[in-house]
Amino acid sequence: MSHLLSIITFLPLVGAVAILLLGRLGNQSTIAGNARWIALIFTIADFLLTVVLWAKFDGSTSSFQFVEYLNWRVASGISYHMGVDGISMLFVVLTGLLMPFCILASWKSIESRVAEYMVAFLALEALMMGVFTALDLFLFYLFFEGGLIPMFLIIGIWGGKRRVYASYKFFLYTLLGSVLMLLAILAMYLQTGTTDIETIINTAHFSPQMQIWLWLAFFASFAVKMPMWPVHTWLPDAHVEAPTAGSVILAGILLKMGGYGFLRFSLPMFASASEYFGPMVFVLSVVAIIYTSLVALAQEDMKKLIAYSSVAHMGFVTMGIFTITHQGIEGGIFQMLSHGIVSGALFLCVGVVYDRMHTREIAAYGGLVNRMPMYAACFMVFTLANVGLPGTGGFVGEFLTMLGAFIHNTWIAIFAATGVILSAAYALYLYRRIVFGELVKPALQTIQDLSMREVALLAPLVVITILMGVYPKPIFDVTSASVANLVQQHKTAVAYDHAPPKVATQTAPGGAR
Amino acid sequence: MYQAIVFLPIIASAIAGLFGRLLGPRPSELITTGALFVSAALSVMAFVDVCLGGHSYIIQVAPWIHSGSFAADWTIRVDSLTAVMLVVVTGVSSLVHLYSIGYMAEDDCRPRFFSYLSLFTFAMLMLVTANNFLQMFFGWEGVGLASYLLIGFWFKKPEANAAAMKAFIVNRVGDFGFALGIFGVWYIFGTLDFDAVFKAAPGQVGHTFVFAGHSVDVMTTLCLLLFVGAMGKSAQLGLHTWLPDAMEGPTPVSALIHAATMVTAGVFLVCRCSPMYELSATAREFVTFIGATTAFFAASVGLFQNDIKRVIAYSTCSQLGYMFVAAGVSAYGGAMFHLFTHAFFKALLFLSAGSVIHAMHHEQDMRRMGGLYKQIPFTWAMMLIGNLALTGVGLPVVGIGLAGFYSKDAIINAAYGGMGGMASYAFLLTLIAAMMTSFYSWRQFLMTFHGRYRGQDEAHDMAHSDAHTHDEPLEHDDGHGAQAHDAHAHDDHGHHAPKLEEVHEAPLTMLVPLAVLAVGAVFAGMAFAHNFIGPDAQGFWHNTLGAVWEEKEVPLWVELAPFVLTIAGFAIAWFYYIRHPELPAQMAAKKGMLYTFLYRKWYFDELYDLIFVRPALWFGRKLWKIGDGFLIDGLGPDGISARVLDVTRGTVKMQSGYVYHYAFAMLIGVLALATWFIATGGTP
Repeated sequence: MSHLLSIITFLPLVGAVAILLLGRLGNQSTIAGNARWIALIFTIADFLLTVVLWAKFDGSTSSFQFVEYLNWRVASGISYHMGVDGISMLFVVLTGLLMPFCILASWKSIESRVAEYMVAFLALEALMMGVFTALDLFLFYLFFEGGLIPMFLIIGIWGGKRRVYASYKFFLYTLLGSVLMLLAILAMYLQTGTTDIETIINTAHFSPQMQIWLWLAFFASFAVKMPMWPVHTWLPDAHVEAPTAGSVILAGILLKMGGYGFLRFSLPMFASASEYFGPMVFVLSVVAIIYTSLVALAQEDMKKLIAYSSVAHMGFVTMGIFTITHQGIEGGIFQMLSHGIVSGALFLCVGVVYDRMHTREIAAYGGLVNRMPMYAACFMVFTLANVGLPGTGGFVGEFLTMLGAFIHNTWIAIFAATGVILSAAYALYLYRRIVFGELVKPALQTIQDLSMREVALLAPLVVITILMGVYPKPIFDVTSASVANLVQQHKTAVAYDHAPPKVATQTAPGGAR
Repeated sequence: MYQAIVFLPIIASAIAGLFGRLLGPRPSELITTGALFVSAALSVMAFVDVCLGGHSYIIQVAPWIHSGSFAADWTIRVDSLTAVMLVVVTGVSSLVHLYSIGYMAEDDCRPRFFSYLSLFTFAMLMLVTANNFLQMFFGWEGVGLASYLLIGFWFKKPEANAAAMKAFIVNRVGDFGFALGIFGVWYIFGTLDFDAVFKAAPGQVGHTFVFAGHSVDVMTTLCLLLFVGAMGKSAQLGLHTWLPDAMEGPTPVSALIHAATMVTAGVFLVCRCSPMYELSATAREFVTFIGATTAFFAASVGLFQNDIKRVIAYSTCSQLGYMFVAAGVSAYGGAMFHLFTHAFFKALLFLSAGSVIHAMHHEQDMRRMGGLYKQIPFTWAMMLIGNLALTGVGLPVVGIGLAGFYSKDAIINAAYGGMGGMASYAFLLTLIAAMMTSFYSWRQFLMTFHGRYRGQDEAHDMAHSDAHTHDEPLEHDDGHGAQAHDAHAHDDHGHHAPKLEEVHEAPLTMLVPLAVLAVGAVFAGMAFAHNFIGPDAQGFWHNTLGAVWEEKEVPLWVELAPFVLTIAGFAIAWFYYIRHPELPAQMAAKKGMLYTFLYRKWYFDELYDLIFVRPALWFGRKLWKIGDGFLIDGLGPDGISARVLDVTRGTVKMQSGYVYHYAFAMLIGVLALATWFIATGGTP
């Protein structure tokens, strides 16, 4: 299966076409039913393919695998180049994993324009897969920007009351960042004559001055995507207005594109600039961790609270990545993966009660455990993972990123660690207000516990969350070699920039002591 | 065998938790309790094999986190220190499981309760069998979780929910220090395995590293950071505020978690890391200082509490302080010995209190008790033994007494023999605390079992007597109110204490554990003093402690002082609460500054609320509304879009005739069109 990556990437589009073709058959409800089933079947099939990908992946090497290369002859240097390494592989799996959950979560809650909704989701999946598998800057940019459109539509059409404001805010924010990235890609193409990522990483070298500008341009795009403080304000609005599945994808996958971008481009291509801007990133990360945790504490809307907590968790990721230590980077990747699962699951939990009560106001709930014990148990697991309790997926990433930070500069670790206290405060406070207490609100008296569909939705995520915390080895087996290579590459590149051959004695400040 | 000790409880917990509703409460109780008794039996075998037989084991279970040069695995380490803890944890836990079958009999959620109890036991066992700092941290946070779940077990009570959250968050503050300590250990030593770290530690003496912008001594800093974790878990001064509130949980939980096991984890941590603490006199002095101050502080607050469980809670806090004093003066064996004996008599006290509460239909206020000894003589006897053991009654010169007599007096002796001013400070404070311990213990005992029964005093009588016994109405007296609702399952009882004739002894499942613990409280000191702190100490601990300490001869007055002070404490309690029961009321009515200060628990809760809780919420709101809303959005996206609209309006007004103006207007028009499409597109 030499075309495995292409198949994984474009299979959802086949599903989308199938839905469109069947779109005229039967009445409204048949169309909707068909669309749901086709979408579910295709996303599950795609997920199974990503599992095959994982099984066949060789974790002992850092080089790209499952590589596909096709020269387009559109312009010289631009090609259709796909491949995955230890950094990107698991994001492909994560995307594959979360999509069937999204389709299932939308099963009942989306009732208008179901076919179009499913088409948008399948298209989105294809584009997200492309982002993580593309090895050509031009191709990457197409996927990266293309993903905006379906997401924009999902929020703008199937969203809540202020969906138009939210979708525009989302679109403009991200577009603004991306335009700068496009300019940077053009500049890189002009200098190197190629847009091939592998070639640029391995052979191209940009002058320190140039690196600074390129780094900033990429940063503009990725920082918005992460999102980093202070360009995070689109996220709470987007989450609040998006339908449940939209939130799951937004938090689960789209946010990870920023972190992935830093790892794929900023660190290996602009090594010196990454180091130069390190302190700035640390400050922004730490501010994000503390600031947004405090803001989360004051929220009255469940989704907003989780959205702000996402920003805080992404702060750990950027902090870890820019320590440029093995632990920091691997922790950052792990944190992105576990956050993808946990925040996705938390949004699903919000969706469960939203579908019943049609409100996200925290004050409208209370005492749910009395009637919904299964729901309370699942929600508790994800809350604890969000808090970063050892034994859940949330701990491993947070721990490793802070370990990396400690090696780099103890201040960063100290500040970041206060975020751990605050996260316990806002997460447990939320849980207490929604789940614990007496069930007194009249509207809640008849609320039902999880249906079979919802159990099927949450139970696997509970298992994965705990497995990731107890036995994370399979994940490290994938990432380890590539991360080690990335750190090494970075050190070499920085040494090259800092010490032209004559003063080669100067040591590379790469982290320790 | 060792895997079974650790993993049986979690398997039982999972069965009870996942299938409890299918199985029903009785099978869930039997499975978890049975698993714990097997685990306890195996632990006793381990104790004999390891502590007395001199073996030790390190068993690899599975890999955990490996990242670059960082590695931490799931491992079971069994050495003397662990074996002592194994016996304490599984012993008390199995008895508490058994006791809970009786105590919780009327509760609807028993499978959940037993699942939590077993989960706790598992986490605690992971903590004590850890072979590296990270697994210890896993257990550390795991017991915190179980404690959170069990304090909040009666989730309908707002006080219980608040207490549960408080416990978790305050513990997190401690864990913040612990985590930084772990980072530091790895940074310095490149490993988290205990043996490797302790072996390399002497090489770091006198070295410095940069922490928080300052060049600091390596060993001192690491020890202090780890100690912050210990302070949180063991409720030491400053991070103690969660422990009294934790009494909102069911009483068996208080006995297991908040007396015998979890709260001693901090002491265990310091003893486990004693090879590191031995290298930093500064860190040890700090440990001594905190321990002694806590011992004094908590005892002083315990003097005037009226909730029977809170008295014991403050007592626990105070006794933990004693243990840290011992560790601080390098008498690690003494600390572990007191931990060991304390587990017996404090669990006994809590479970006896539980028996009283059970008999009183979940009334916890001692002002509504009195004269109960005739109704529940067995509980009376158990409480008496517990108090005798806690206050350390024994014959000084002959050297025979109950458990506390050996372990507590050993700590006072150790403080006397310790070097430096800090040891003298500790000696003085622990002596005073010993007298206060005696006072509050006997006060509690006399108020509960002797004097006049006050349970049937009418509400207005209470209010009346309150008017001169206490400075405010009963409901507000501990700042949290409603400490009388121990069980939501008993709401129908309200908080009316029963008639005296209705007060009766608990079922056998509750009394048997009491008897077993009472045996321990009487003999644990006598039987094991030789091993823990006596001439056999070297052969008992097998190099697991940084320094082996043997109790030394002290001057007669030092030996007699605790004895005399304990008697004095009893005499004062008897004088005030039996001879002249009207005196405390008169004292309280004066609202003396000292009385109020102690009654208000040195105002810690009020202070923290003012410094941390309110500002955090306030900042959160302001950052959200002003930071995000006004500044970032106002200057960013919303501001820009507003400016664009201004420009557009201007352009339209000007009708300038320039092509690019029209082009711009067109562009805006396209955008507006798109907006309109989207806006209407969503509404079918």
